[in-house]
Amino acid sequence: MLRTEYLPEKSWGALMTEEHMPVVVTITKVIDETPTIKTFVFDELFNIRPGQFCMVWIPGVDEIPMAFSAANAITVMKVGDATAALFTLKEGDKIGIRGPFGNGFFPTGKVLAVGGGIGVTPLFTLAAGGEVDTFILGARTAEELVFADELANVTDLKIATDDGTRGHHGFVTGILDQLDATEYDTICVCGPEMMMKGVLDRLAAKGIEARGQFSLHRYMKCGVGVCGSCCIDHEGLRVCRDGPVFTGDIIKDSEFAHHHRGPSGRKE
Amino acid sequence: MIKLQTPTERIGGVSLNNHMLLAAGVLGTTAASLSRMLRLGAGGVVTKSIGPEPKDGHHGPSLIPVAGGILNAMGLPNPSQEFTEEIAPLLAAKEPVVVSIFGGTPAEFAKVAEWFPNAPAFELNLSCPHAEGYGAAIGANPRVVRECTEAIKAFGKPVWVKLTPNVADIGVIGRAAEEGGADAIVAINTVKAMRISTGMRRPVLRNKFGGLSGTAVFPIAVRAVYDLYEACTIPIIGCGGISTADNVLEMMMAGAAAVEIGSAVYDNINVFSDIAEDLYAADGIPAGEIVGCAHD
Ligand SMILES: Cc1cc2nc3c(=O)[nH]c(=O)nc-3n(C[C@H](O)[C@H](O)[C@H](O)COP(=O)(O)OP(=O)(O)OC[C@H]3O[C@@H](n4cnc5c(N)ncnc54)[C@H](O)[C@@H]3O)c2cc1C
Ligand SMILES: Cc1cc2nc3c(=O)[nH]c(=O)nc-3n(C[C@H](O)[C@H](O)[C@H](O)COP(=O)(O)O)c2cc1C
Ligand code: FES
Repeated sequence: MLRTEYLPEKSWGALMTEEHMPVVVTITKVIDETPTIKTFVFDELFNIRPGQFCMVWIPGVDEIPMAFSAANAITVMKVGDATAALFTLKEGDKIGIRGPFGNGFFPTGKVLAVGGGIGVTPLFTLAAGGEVDTFILGARTAEELVFADELANVTDLKIATDDGTRGHHGFVTGILDQLDATEYDTICVCGPEMMMKGVLDRLAAKGIEARGQFSLHRYMKCGVGVCGSCCIDHEGLRVCRDGPVFTGDIIKDSEFAHHHRGPSGRKE
Repeated sequence: MIKLQTPTERIGGVSLNNHMLLAAGVLGTTAASLSRMLRLGAGGVVTKSIGPEPKDGHHGPSLIPVAGGILNAMGLPNPSQEFTEEIAPLLAAKEPVVVSIFGGTPAEFAKVAEWFPNAPAFELNLSCPHAEGYGAAIGANPRVVRECTEAIKAFGKPVWVKLTPNVADIGVIGRAAEEGGADAIVAINTVKAMRISTGMRRPVLRNKFGGLSGTAVFPIAVRAVYDLYEACTIPIIGCGGISTADNVLEMMMAGAAAVEIGSAVYDNINVFSDIAEDLYAADGIPAGEIVGCAHD
């Protein structure tokens, strides 16, 4: 019978015999990265692959998916209720962490990373581990750039801002157009979907979309591949478990950059 | 081990590719994920339960894997009427899709059923333990179960009624469904349960309590199916904690004509094809030879 497990060798193991209650951690440090982004460091190290994520439990509020920005940290942009509640937490407060979940990046050879906005978080762990050669970092404006100084130390960093306040005036794809993407064996990408689409289109034009590894963002409730809220058309792959990182050839003909679903499952 | 033939007859009025359906609410919100499970070997699929209004479901945490099972309080998130567009291609292709529906009254059930004129069958969710005013809240009352069943039976399609184990006598509820004209009974939905995070000193689910599924509830499900087989004459679809071919056989011996599998996809997305490999053989026996054989 047909078996189509996506990248089975990369899937993390989970057995029903194991307990996966949230690990309660204490926040040891809150770092203001930008006016809308904070890093929360906690007192527990998780064994992660760059690109893996966790479900963050903010007691009494909600549980939301977050990439690890370090083995003991998450970096969060304030966008709504749950992230606003997280922003009120201080040193000594407790949150719950389930994870690490999903398949992270799996780069080989020479690596280019392209990160936009808060999408830089999963790529930051990749770069911090010395796995990125060239890094294209984008943000709306200079003030919103995250991890720029740290990335400059470990990669050949190129910066783009929409308003031109730092680096290239325009989008990250503008810098990509000045490079020869075919020189890279793996192109790891995370950011707003339209930005990722811009990168995918450029890779596809050169016939190298399979070298692209894109970290997708979908509404998630369980994080472990059971509830179905994060499934993408048209193959029904689970972003939480079969992803969140997918190669460009897998998502090229999917719902990627077309539509997504909200908490009720309705298309948005 | 006993080997079976794949079913040739309809079960509960539905033609299935094998005896195992994907259970409601597990990877069942999109046509794409339901198709994927059919491709991966499910003999049929039950959709996420669809209700009269769109629901976002409970805030998180809403699903936690615990030792031996899964604790969830999803809160019946569903796209409501928009699901008709979602599922249209699968229904048009005549795939073995059972549409699960819920409501707070027989009239609400009927309102939802009306949206799916070409569904091969309906499964009535009278058993979800964690949605106020729905599911088990009304499914513990035999009169309401009979009335809801009658209301949907009026659409002239097979009606499966899914029961909660959280009642004193499941046989009474099964008989009410049978009296209402049900074509099959599905048992069980999740078992009411709770865990507390000791680190946080509070219930881990945002909804405080939820329903337990997976391996841990298998003995409870076997007992429920056994009781229903004694109490009723219509086919029973066994559900709850099934993850191996031997579990399927055991459910059949308790009285199940077919089974549904949900939580086992957590360990193994290929659970349907893996079980089928163990369960079926060209020279296998018809399942009818073992269904209910554990009864005196
Ligand atoms: C794999 C993955 C990794 C992520 N990593 C990060 C990260 O490192 N840093 C960061 O700041 N954000 C990250 N996000 C996004 C983050 O999960 C959302 O911003 C957060 O859930 C918003 O919650 P809210 O209640 O504050 O906002 P809401 O008001 O609920 O919504 C604001 C936006 O966030 C999205 N969203 C809300 N809830 C969820 C959910 N449960 N799952 C997915 N999306 C949701 C909605 O589509 C909406 O567009 C990640 C998301 C995923 C799927
Ligand atoms: C995440 C999740 C969502 C569920 N949603 C529904 C639902 O919408 N309707 C329903 O009738 N049962 C629902 N159930 C119950 C299952 O269909 C099934 O009855 C139960 O999980 C026991 O079977 P299992 O142990 O094989 O999972 C859900 C179960 C889980 C784990
Ligand atoms: S979030 Fe539940 S399947 Fe992905």
